[in-house]
Amino acid sequence: MSDPATAGSTTPAAELPTGSQPEVHHWWRLIAIWVILSAILDPLFYFLAGPHIPPGRMTTTAGGAQFDFNVLLVIALPVMLGVWIFMIYAVVMWRASRGGPEPQGGPAARGNLAVQAGWILTTTVIVLFLAGFGTYELVQPGGAGGGQGSSPIWTPTSKTVLPVQVIGQQWKFTYRYPTFGGFETTQLVIPNDATIAFHVTSLDVVHDFWAYQLGVKADADPSYDNVAYTTTSQLGSFTVRCDELCGIWHGAMYNTGEVVTPAQFESWATATESRLAANTKLLPSFSYTYVPDANGADGGYYPDNVDPYSKVETYGATPTKSGGSGG
Amino acid sequence: MPTKWRATTAVGLFLLAVVGIIFAIMGLLSEPPTVNFTTNHAAGQPVDITLETLGTYGSGPHPTWVSYLTKSPEGQWVHTTLWTVPAHTRVNMTIYQYDSGSPLRNQQIGQVTGTVGGQATLNGKPFKVIDSNAGNGFAHTFSIPTLGINVPLYGNNANANLCGAAPCTTKSPHQVIKFSFTTPGPGQYPWQCFVPCGLGYLYGNGGPMQTIGYMDGFLKVSS
Repeated sequence: MSDPATAGSTTPAAELPTGSQPEVHHWWRLIAIWVILSAILDPLFYFLAGPHIPPGRMTTTAGGAQFDFNVLLVIALPVMLGVWIFMIYAVVMWRASRGGPEPQGGPAARGNLAVQAGWILTTTVIVLFLAGFGTYELVQPGGAGGGQGSSPIWTPTSKTVLPVQVIGQQWKFTYRYPTFGGFETTQLVIPNDATIAFHVTSLDVVHDFWAYQLGVKADADPSYDNVAYTTTSQLGSFTVRCDELCGIWHGAMYNTGEVVTPAQFESWATATESRLAANTKLLPSFSYTYVPDANGADGGYYPDNVDPYSKVETYGATPTKSGGSGG
Repeated sequence: MPTKWRATTAVGLFLLAVVGIIFAIMGLLSEPPTVNFTTNHAAGQPVDITLETLGTYGSGPHPTWVSYLTKSPEGQWVHTTLWTVPAHTRVNMTIYQYDSGSPLRNQQIGQVTGTVGGQATLNGKPFKVIDSNAGNGFAHTFSIPTLGINVPLYGNNANANLCGAAPCTTKSPHQVIKFSFTTPGPGQYPWQCFVPCGLGYLYGNGGPMQTIGYMDGFLKVSS
């Protein structure tokens, strides 16, 4: 095994005069530079850039995603620094000079037990840590904002959850609010400081409901109720896009949603319920899924008699509104 | 197989693939003509656009497809769904609807939104919502989702002697739907029919529903 202190030196140790020390302890110098730069840049990144990393902190799930990205980047940054520092150091220290002697490489890494063991150990620790960390981050109350299917494993701790049904169809999203009479609209408005249950489904092909700033993303599959939870924590607007290539106007299948105060939400919801009442009574009764006729133009969309109301989804303190039905 | 034949087969397949790709690209790049409603348009005056919809176009590469047609300012029916209109201008739409109707897959599109006054007229009678499960149902919609515009087009009785080839005339059974909207700033705004009227295609949303010139188009708003 070679001496790390001489690795990469331009002067082979064998040629040094007897009793002299190696010129430079390159490994220790590299490690020192790497540790110092990492110690400076990691906190700088975390505290300066971290709060601006997508998707922001509009919801708990978005904040969770941002935290996860920051952890990944804080771990990745020293790795990247290590590569860059070594590369720059090698270029500066061991480059061939014009007219100078031919540079001689140091001991090969192949066969160097310390290098190999260190590499395997470090990468194993990082990967295992990230696997555990990622799993832990997924398994939290309400999940991580992804669609959990029709029987979510990770349900929210909140006692009041606002159900919002997301219906994908070629090529737009519409939203039904079962706790407000089951009206259906192209507007997505949700209250702040509230836990939302997005029930995502489709009337035709597979779409994907991606509310980017909310940190919510769930496939919209026909005849399937895909539930994704999140809890809002910031007022503002957010973008909804379809994230599954679904036909000619897939690129135009987007809209803007709003997180408003609970009072504004109640006001909007009741006003919209009233404004759309004439059409709401023509809609089928609210159901988590609908079974459209796949054969063409004829046929409406039909509830499949699934109980439309979950025990955990009783948003607000007005239980009289919880029995809404469009039909 | 002799090497010579293998090489010939490979070259032949390669050439076929190249020709196929060229045809596909040409098909993608070709589009129907754009009817320009900005020529001779006086500032501040509304633009009048007249369309017709029919169940089968009757000719061309897809004679069985449903389609929209556009009447040019010169009074000619043009098989296109592309129009150029001036920005911030009122557009008065008149649609002659010659197709049969059916219940909607989603009654949400059975209401009028985004038009002047939030309504349209059907054969001269104002309406905001129509039950698609009653009467003849709807044949198509005229919808510009990014502008929040949606107007359902009432259908004709399927048992009537409907027009089967473009352009249709008012001698055939038809419905007349009128509404107005105001154009936004310059840009290209996709519009479409939301009724899955592509019969024979998966969920009715293939074929004409995915083809510019039939049930999809662009509102090209110029400054």
